[in-house]
Amino acid sequence: MKSEDFRALHAAAISARVAAGTLDPAEVVAASFARAKEVGAGREELNLVLWSDEKVAQADAVSVKKGMGPRGGGGSLAGVPMAVKDNIATLGLPTTCASRILAGYVSPFEATAITRLRMEGAIVVAKTNMDEFAMGSSTENSAYGPAHNPHDVRLVTGGSSGGSAAAVASGIVPIALGSETGGSVRQPAAFCGVVGVKPTYGRVSRYGLVAFASSLDHIGAFARNVDDAALVMETISGIDPRDSTSANIPVAKYREQFVSMATTPTPLDGITVGVAGEYFPEMLGTDMRRLCDRALDLLRSLGAKVVSVSMPHTSLAIPVYYIIAPAEASSNLARFDGVRYGMRRSGSASLREMFGDTRSDGFGPEVTRRILLGTYVLSAGYYDAYYRKAQSVRTLIADDFTRVFAGTCDVLFTPTTPTTAFPIGQITDPYEMYMSDIFTATANLAGVPAMSLPIGRSNGMPAGGQIIASHFCEDKMFRVAYALEAALGGEAHQ
Amino acid sequence: MAVSHSEVKHVAELARLTVSDARLDELAAELNGILVHMDVLARLDTSGLSAPSPAPGCTHLRSDSSGPIPLMAPREAFAPSIREGFFTVPRLATHEVTEAADAAGPTP
Amino acid sequence: MTPGKYEMVVGLEVHVQLKTRSKAFCGCSTDFGDAPNINTCPVCLALPGALPVLNEQAVTLAARAALSLGCTIHPVSVFARKNYFYPDLPKGYQITQFDRPLATGGHVAIDVGDGARRIGVTRVHIEEDAGKSIHDRFPRETAIDLNRAGVPLIEIVSEPDMRTSREAGAYLRTLRQILKYLGVSDVSMEEGSLRVDANVSARLHGDAELGTKTEMKNMNSFSGVERALEFEFARQCEVLDRGGKVVQQTLLWDAARGEARVSRTKEGSHDYRYFPEPDLGHLVLDADWLRRVKAEMPELPSDRKARFVSDFSLDAEDVDQLTADPSLGEYFEAVARATADGKSAANWVMGEVQALLNANNVTVDALVVRPADLAQLIHMVRDGLVSHAAAKRVFALMAETGKPAAQVAHEHGLLQVGDDVSLAGWIDEVLAEHPDEATRYLAGERKLQGVLVGFVMKKSAGKADPKRVNQLLVSRVGPG
Repeated sequence: MKSEDFRALHAAAISARVAAGTLDPAEVVAASFARAKEVGAGREELNLVLWSDEKVAQADAVSVKKGMGPRGGGGSLAGVPMAVKDNIATLGLPTTCASRILAGYVSPFEATAITRLRMEGAIVVAKTNMDEFAMGSSTENSAYGPAHNPHDVRLVTGGSSGGSAAAVASGIVPIALGSETGGSVRQPAAFCGVVGVKPTYGRVSRYGLVAFASSLDHIGAFARNVDDAALVMETISGIDPRDSTSANIPVAKYREQFVSMATTPTPLDGITVGVAGEYFPEMLGTDMRRLCDRALDLLRSLGAKVVSVSMPHTSLAIPVYYIIAPAEASSNLARFDGVRYGMRRSGSASLREMFGDTRSDGFGPEVTRRILLGTYVLSAGYYDAYYRKAQSVRTLIADDFTRVFAGTCDVLFTPTTPTTAFPIGQITDPYEMYMSDIFTATANLAGVPAMSLPIGRSNGMPAGGQIIASHFCEDKMFRVAYALEAALGGEAHQ
Repeated sequence: MAVSHSEVKHVAELARLTVSDARLDELAAELNGILVHMDVLARLDTSGLSAPSPAPGCTHLRSDSSGPIPLMAPREAFAPSIREGFFTVPRLATHEVTEAADAAGPTP
Repeated sequence: MTPGKYEMVVGLEVHVQLKTRSKAFCGCSTDFGDAPNINTCPVCLALPGALPVLNEQAVTLAARAALSLGCTIHPVSVFARKNYFYPDLPKGYQITQFDRPLATGGHVAIDVGDGARRIGVTRVHIEEDAGKSIHDRFPRETAIDLNRAGVPLIEIVSEPDMRTSREAGAYLRTLRQILKYLGVSDVSMEEGSLRVDANVSARLHGDAELGTKTEMKNMNSFSGVERALEFEFARQCEVLDRGGKVVQQTLLWDAARGEARVSRTKEGSHDYRYFPEPDLGHLVLDADWLRRVKAEMPELPSDRKARFVSDFSLDAEDVDQLTADPSLGEYFEAVARATADGKSAANWVMGEVQALLNANNVTVDALVVRPADLAQLIHMVRDGLVSHAAAKRVFALMAETGKPAAQVAHEHGLLQVGDDVSLAGWIDEVLAEHPDEATRYLAGERKLQGVLVGFVMKKSAGKADPKRVNQLLVSRVGPG
């Protein structure tokens, strides 16, 4: 099939045609690989894709066509090619977390989210580049080199799920999985001009997501539009007996409401959108402010009420996040010792040396820095002042959301990031890099669902607007996003 | 609170990271550059607060006869070193064995 | 009280492997002795992306143990990570419980002969076991087997209430018996399902403050624990007598040499950086669940002992022997109720049954003689259908074949002969064959009766009813 035809099809459309028998999954897979070649997704160019195998993907396509999945050829994602961030376990393709310490590691088990998508007929075509162990906001911290933004190759894709965001943005796949700990789906979604969703904590099973910070990690989704993103979320959400932190709460049918919304001029009647001054600080650029104002005007015209709210503890998010996340990471990454899997430095005189050499060789500088920071804030004498303190302040941040959602507003609207994508190599100070998460990390700390969608361009680069809802109120979040997306139309990408 | 060279060295030991002396100094500076931003937290009164339960409302319990999760590839496929079914590592020195005994765990 | 200037103060930490089918946080089997690393999965191998899910039965058994020790079970307890590196600790941390354990505040009642004492139990918490490191299988390498990694354990920490090595031994033996009765664990030190670490210090008698304690590890038996405590206490007394200070350190007991050596660790090198386990929610146990656990608890040894004494009129010593092993006690009780004769049942169980078990080195679960069958044998003896001597033979055959008493006795001609005609016949023959003894006996030498009865028993191949034989012989003496 022609490249532009492939790229014009949304995931829902692809699966409908495959189910009807009018589209061969093999053609779709071929188009995906062709597009990847066309844009230069590989190492020497955009460096979005780390691992892929066309033969295996085509074999999967044959299975889907033969209806070998339990749902036959009628799965809701039948024949849809998808990219997967390289920290999510897949069978067949490696899972390296863009780290040397997992070079060549092929997981002998698959993430629950992957299983659920494959049960619906989706086909994994690529594992994508990322910041090593999801630690970063630019996909520059990869052991395999930085990823380049398809809109401007000198600029970052954002991170840590940069490869997946860019794969969708460049049309290689209509959907992709990423992960979030402080904003690693929403931020690259904003930088690349696609939709990026972080669900409520516990909504999607973490089984198979390589842990970075357990209380902050989420699997999230990228898509070119809200409908596809909602479809992916519907598919992967739900309790999992293999994840003790997954929630026993039924998954709503997020897309059902979209049908009726198309026919009403004010689909957001009765919805109140909160705007918090803390997310519109002095340093926010005029372009970003203008785009957000435009979005808010549209929301009003769609029937929403817009009110001012206060989220006073927002500025504490980065300090709190950068104590809790590295602390949990320092413990989660202790398993990488070269004993049972992954890289092992050979020639060590003793076991102690083997551990030290393997880990020092295997981890990049940002990972090393965060492990040290995390170990420090957990260590004797510092645990109370840092880790325990941060967890307590986390409650204050979460309470800000609880308070505003308790009767003042249904969702919040904010810019997703303070700026658009910055040049590769520009930000070298660690803390300055951490500040990219300033508007996104709060949702991870509170566990509330949040998503980014394109709301326009600034200097030619995509800008994202963020919608945050209350726990397990993804349906409201999608409602507002869907309406805004429709109202923006082509202007979202101008 | 400033992190000293020796503290970074100690922490690197705890985390089993081999770091050169020169790099230790750099890291101490980097960590201090990050930790200085955390001082704002020390000024907050959080005396009445406790951390949220990691997974509020969830006590997942598994049945004793739920059965094992199968591995879709044999251990040999991913183990760096495996002999007669055992994972192998360079032989521990005596003091490493007794250190493990110290870890208040089972007899090594 | 320890004699001499100083008093021994002992606290014990006991790790007990829970008798679940699967591990604490994954569904892998806990079977002992399987091929290395065969019982592993993504979770207990700590593969990237794997997550723990708590085994309900581990919680049930842990709660049972805590209840039996009279502990308060906390409706909410929290799992924590204990972070350290070791090749048989796959995650680089152990999931355990730290500042909010499952249960606190219980006791174990012991009696070493000078009256009953309560040894306090500080806490009971749930944690997971590590794998095994084998250092001598391959040259220059250590072999790691993770079959044991993730097996559920409870750690039982006592108060420093013990004052002698004997008390420590009694505490361990009592604790072991309780846990065995509860079906919570196999509690075998040889198999590693029970491990003991000891904390011991010395202080002057009358001192309220505790002395500096040392930790002793690597003891492989209860007697080993007692010997290790005595050794270390003696060493500490010597240090104190010299005017020195006891250094807080960890020691490893060497049973073969009968001494302890210091574990070479640097001070402060063990910072476990405990923090609440983010992959598990709080363990919340509601009142209904606890009520069910309480209701389904097996009988405790102390309760069974009291019951045996009152139901079967047995004395304390007999009861101790019968309740040493829970299965033996059940067996005895079944026999006792079937015969309505506790005393006979006790004699048989403590006698023939125990001897047979000892000779074959098995437990009563291996005995094929069903309680109802032993009861039948006891009745047959009581009713004179077999002599006591023959009954022992019958029992031995029952144990071999699994056949009931009457059948065995009949098949092997062990039924007692009690009819006067047969007996008279044998008596006649014996008197004829032993004329000298016969004449003297009939003349009045009563002391020859036993000998003559013996001849009759021999002639009858043990089948004659000795009681009746005695009666008949006496009747032949006649008046006079």
